Amino acid sequence: MSAPGHTGGTAPARAAPWNDPAIRAIAFQLLLLAAVLYVGWMLYDNTTTNLAKRNIASGFGFMEQPAGFQIVQSLIPFSSADSYGKAFLVGLLNTALISAIGIVLATLVGFVVGVARLSKNWIVARMATVYVETLRNIPLLLQIFFWYFAVLRTMPSPRLSISPVDGIFLNQRGLYLPAPVTEPGFWLIPLALALGIAGAVGVSIWARRRLMATGRRFRSGWTGLALIVGLPVVAAVAAGLPLHWQLPELHGFNFTGGIVLIPEFMAVLVALSLYTASFIAEIVRGGILAVSKGQTEAASALGLPHGLTLRLVVIPQALRVIIPPLTSQYLNLLKNSSLGAAVGYPELVAVFAGTVLNQTGQAIEVIALTMAVYLTLSLIISAGMNWYNARKALVER
Amino acid sequence: MSEPHVFTPTPPQPPPSSLVGPVAWIRQNLFNGWLNSLLTVVALYLLYLTVPPIIDWALLSATFSGTDRSACAGSDGACWTFIKVRWGQVLYGFYPEAERWRPNLVFFAGLAGLIGVVPKTRWRKWLAGFLLLPYPVAAFILLCGGVFGLPSVETARWGGLTVTLVVAVTGIVASFPIGVVLALGRRSNMPIVRSVCVVFIEVVRGVPLISVLFMSSVMLPLFLPEGVNFNKLLRALIGVTLFTAAYMAEVVRGGLQAIPKGQYEGAKALGLGYWQAMGFIILPQALKLVIPGIVNSFISLFKDTTLVAIIGIFDLLGIVQAASKDANWLGLETEGYAFAALMFWIFCFSMSRMSLRLERKLDTGHRR
Repeated sequence: MSAPGHTGGTAPARAAPWNDPAIRAIAFQLLLLAAVLYVGWMLYDNTTTNLAKRNIASGFGFMEQPAGFQIVQSLIPFSSADSYGKAFLVGLLNTALISAIGIVLATLVGFVVGVARLSKNWIVARMATVYVETLRNIPLLLQIFFWYFAVLRTMPSPRLSISPVDGIFLNQRGLYLPAPVTEPGFWLIPLALALGIAGAVGVSIWARRRLMATGRRFRSGWTGLALIVGLPVVAAVAAGLPLHWQLPELHGFNFTGGIVLIPEFMAVLVALSLYTASFIAEIVRGGILAVSKGQTEAASALGLPHGLTLRLVVIPQALRVIIPPLTSQYLNLLKNSSLGAAVGYPELVAVFAGTVLNQTGQAIEVIALTMAVYLTLSLIISAGMNWYNARKALVER
Repeated sequence: MSEPHVFTPTPPQPPPSSLVGPVAWIRQNLFNGWLNSLLTVVALYLLYLTVPPIIDWALLSATFSGTDRSACAGSDGACWTFIKVRWGQVLYGFYPEAERWRPNLVFFAGLAGLIGVVPKTRWRKWLAGFLLLPYPVAAFILLCGGVFGLPSVETARWGGLTVTLVVAVTGIVASFPIGVVLALGRRSNMPIVRSVCVVFIEVVRGVPLISVLFMSSVMLPLFLPEGVNFNKLLRALIGVTLFTAAYMAEVVRGGLQAIPKGQYEGAKALGLGYWQAMGFIILPQALKLVIPGIVNSFISLFKDTTLVAIIGIFDLLGIVQAASKDANWLGLETEGYAFAALMFWIFCFSMSRMSLRLERKLDTGHRR
């Protein structure tokens, strides 16, 4: 209220200090700061007293100690003699693995279902609606339990495995797949693939420049595809097919060889992808519906065929609407992967906030580190998606 | 002289038979082009593969009678006897049977209150006031007991749908005021207030609920002074409330941002202070805008309550999970989960329909 009030000849009235918004704001904030600091100090004080009484160590020294437990699935070699720090890394990698595969699967299924809901085919549209309305109204944990306890754990024993194709076996212990085994000379194939991708990118840049300069089109998509697929094939043939598949084989009561996907992994992956896909489907449908009808009509008035209309007019505009909510679904998927702990999938929460916490008792450090990891991963995903969003956003002048 | 020429219009022709009627509908919607025909055939085949076996399992070959496992012997359909025998636990957990009228009373009083609040009657304000203050207190006293001659029932014995509803409703009601304060704080001009709110909201939204629940069940006892101890359910409730408050704050912030600047300026021009402007002008409009968002938060909270099963509280899912481990009823996981899924689905689906209706009903302006 510092506005000058020229009433008569008196000096402008000044508000009393306790009525001055600026002073009030400072006082209020100091009060809040004091409260926050007091609560923090109280928590710290209580915690140190409690920890001292229970003889629990503090600090991150425990990360060096041997873990003394096994982990059923690990991307890096891990034994019980390795440290807690390495167990943390294993859990982190398992979280990253299931989130990455889950995001890809959920996006694919979600886009297909979302487009299917808009299909002119009545049955297809209805089936997609039933899919979305069923899955997104059932708790994710329930779905994980269903896939794990009701479907995968009731599979037959290894001797009676279900084998749809030779070399693929599904049983109680998981899904057994043939494992690729590389032979000398295999390095040529990744090299050829890298060259192919580089070539495809180069061709598409050149084609775009030429289109801008001369207006002549070049089928850069097909050329790029031919480069990416063709070069590795040529390399593989030239090196004499340096790869063979090692099939899983039944020895006694169990399979050896091949890759095994443990049931915990499959249950969490399937439930997580299908659940998130139902939300992504709604986002995709909303995004496509948000492109006004005039846009498609104008495109067909210009004589664009249906495919080009979709690719050049509808999808770029729909993506702008789709991307922000899609990001939050990816973040949800990442955070929901922690539910793997409920069925024993060894991801970060199960390994670190579960087993390690129980063994060391250092709740504060363990929980803080776990939360910090999720926060960091969330920030990375949202930064990546923001960058993509900024590229796709409408350029306004 | 001939008769004056009278114009008699020819009656309109019926549309060609290829454009009306069920056959035409099928042709236009299902067999329009080879791709569509292929899709229809594939879809029909998929339906044929899935729907008849499910109906057969769940209804036709299912067992509903009997009181023990032997009733289901020799049938390859669902064994709903399992659910029938466990029905009391599914609804109330281990709440003593003689006292089950208490959760019933709380539930139906709450439901009646909610239904009564919807139509515009003169009792509406009183009813809303009752639901907001005396009702939660009365519900708490009724459920816990220990006073007025009601036998005490400790929370460890609560379970089933009762706990699911208690956690969800308490979570949403308790998180609402916190969420409003956080949202106002996030839009405040005071840097310290704003940063405290932003840090809280973003940290909580960046971590999974399960880690918040772990925190409240493992770390809360460490944070508290000697002798202060919470029971497990209350610890879970604190975790759920703080978690939901952060999401609620973002929902409310959406509403605050949708209010045109003129409203803020108008309130200031009338000489209203901050709290008056918020309480009389901004919040009534903003909260009305975000009612559908609040219902959506409630739906996701309702689904998330299942996570308390992980920290050892027997909610609806936890009870079903425990029941399927019973040695007499092994191998009936599918029935248990299917039933729990149906219950959750009914609640969540009806709430999402309600949210859609509210959205349409409340859509009365502010669209620019």
